[in-house]
Amino acid sequence: MSIGSVGIIELLTIFVLAIFVGNEVVSKVPSILHTPLMSGSNAIHGIILVGTMAILGEAQGTAQVVLGFFAVLLATLNVVGGFVVTDRMLEMFKAKPSDRRSKAPTEGPDEGGSTP
Amino acid sequence: MTLFTWIDLVYLLAAIGFILALKGLSSPKFARQGNLLGAGAALLAIAMTFSIPSVRHAGSHLVLMVVAMVIGTAVAVPAARMVKMTAMPQMVAIFNGVGGGAAALVSMTAFLVLTSTRGGVAGSPAVYEIIEVVLGVLIGSVSFSGSAIAFAKLQELMPGRPVTYPGQQVINGIVGVAILGLVVTVAVTANVAVLVILAVLALVLGVIFVLPIGGADVPVLISLLNSFTGLAVAASGFTLHNNLLIIAGTLVGASGTLLTRMMSKAMGRSLINILFSAFGSVITATGGADGTGADARPVKTGTAEDLGVLMAYARKVVIIPGYGLAVAQAQHAARELADLLMARGVEVFYAIHPVAGRMPGHMNVLLAEANVPYDELKEMDEANPELADADVALVVGANDTVNPAAQNTPGSPIYGMPIIHADLAKNIIFLKRSMRPGFAGIDNELLFDPKTTMLFGDAKDSLTKLVAAVKAA
Repeated sequence: MSIGSVGIIELLTIFVLAIFVGNEVVSKVPSILHTPLMSGSNAIHGIILVGTMAILGEAQGTAQVVLGFFAVLLATLNVVGGFVVTDRMLEMFKAKPSDRRSKAPTEGPDEGGSTP
Repeated sequence: MTLFTWIDLVYLLAAIGFILALKGLSSPKFARQGNLLGAGAALLAIAMTFSIPSVRHAGSHLVLMVVAMVIGTAVAVPAARMVKMTAMPQMVAIFNGVGGGAAALVSMTAFLVLTSTRGGVAGSPAVYEIIEVVLGVLIGSVSFSGSAIAFAKLQELMPGRPVTYPGQQVINGIVGVAILGLVVTVAVTANVAVLVILAVLALVLGVIFVLPIGGADVPVLISLLNSFTGLAVAASGFTLHNNLLIIAGTLVGASGTLLTRMMSKAMGRSLINILFSAFGSVITATGGADGTGADARPVKTGTAEDLGVLMAYARKVVIIPGYGLAVAQAQHAARELADLLMARGVEVFYAIHPVAGRMPGHMNVLLAEANVPYDELKEMDEANPELADADVALVVGANDTVNPAAQNTPGSPIYGMPIIHADLAKNIIFLKRSMRPGFAGIDNELLFDPKTTMLFGDAKDSLTKLVAAVKAA
């Protein structure tokens, strides 16, 4: 059922490295972006859809098929809804400077500043 | 190169896409591109998954798969597009919950496969394989039911205040011990029925974990559950030996944990305090326990006319918007009032609490939607020093974010949260629908302050009346 052919140690190595990367990439997010970032990362874990597809593809017997079907359904909701809802939030940020006057600070350095 | 090498390469590409997506989402300039990049990476990975032989040749299962994906898309897109900006946090909670549910189902099904009898021989998974499955089921289920309760709290289907009941700690303890026992039993026996019971108990754990958390803290909780789902996905990745799931899940798990800590910090609270403060503080949480019931004491109410005059002849007016402004869709009325006052030479700005609305940054999104000029928004730290010489602090549908109890009442559920110091202004005007406490479910002393005048009613109606009053002044 495995999609790849790697051993547990390799998997653990990837896991540990990914922890460091995950911490590093968001370390400088300003508070104004907390909500969109949460929403965006929420969409990213929707990639579980790939796993659900593999599971349903190889399912045998009613129980596995039913579980697999619902898994695909839920994962699709997560990945599709997650990205769309995040885009809608960020759309609002973009609409901001379309207003008259302050053309300059487009989406630039937000007041609020970054969390140290 | 074999097909599987190609698949792994494409998955690697998608993983890079996710890393860059998170990086983009952390910067105001590239946030939207970051999100689109993430979506593109997901699409690429999903498309490539269709080329796996066991998926491609799955026959009727392939049909089911496509049906499930079509239904999911048909539901998710309109839901995500049409949800009101004010209901955004609930929406994120739902999408997070279903993701956790999917991860739990993947692990569960994988366990059925691992233990199934093939060629007359019963499958006997290694202990580490069982542990991977158990983690996926456990964390995914907690995230699923926890998100459901978080949704119910935000949607106000149930009270937002911390839910406490007698024997809470005992029940938590029993569930915790039972889960530990079941984990060991599954690891030893590889029994499917035990795993199912474990999943059910994990759902219960998600519920009792979230119930005692106060409404105002729910956003931080959603962030935490988000990182839980990430970890559940990573656990599924271990079970399926899939690098992409491990990387994506771990990225979310790690960045989500950090984000959760940053959010708690923005509220001036520790995560532990947010998660467990309800225990043992039942009395303060229910409010009014100090003998000062909300409706027992008189408050000063004013007419729109008087208040309009007060503002029209003020030098400096600070508007403090909260969730009430958003639900009443009063952004435009607020802006009209601000513009009118500015035309008269009054200095006006909006003071935005980091957690105004329902989530960090939520109010900025809502006001941006109403085209309030960016330079009129001031963050809390910038606004507070200016409030001391403000003539009027106009609090529109906010409550907890200006509650002095956060500063001077140790034991209050929101103690330690930084607030906007409306209490420093010479006059305070509260536009509120009623004396009902805010989302955190606690009374606000500021409402009874001699400097405070209440104007009851829908925020939009009240603002419209104030606009008329200022025009007449």
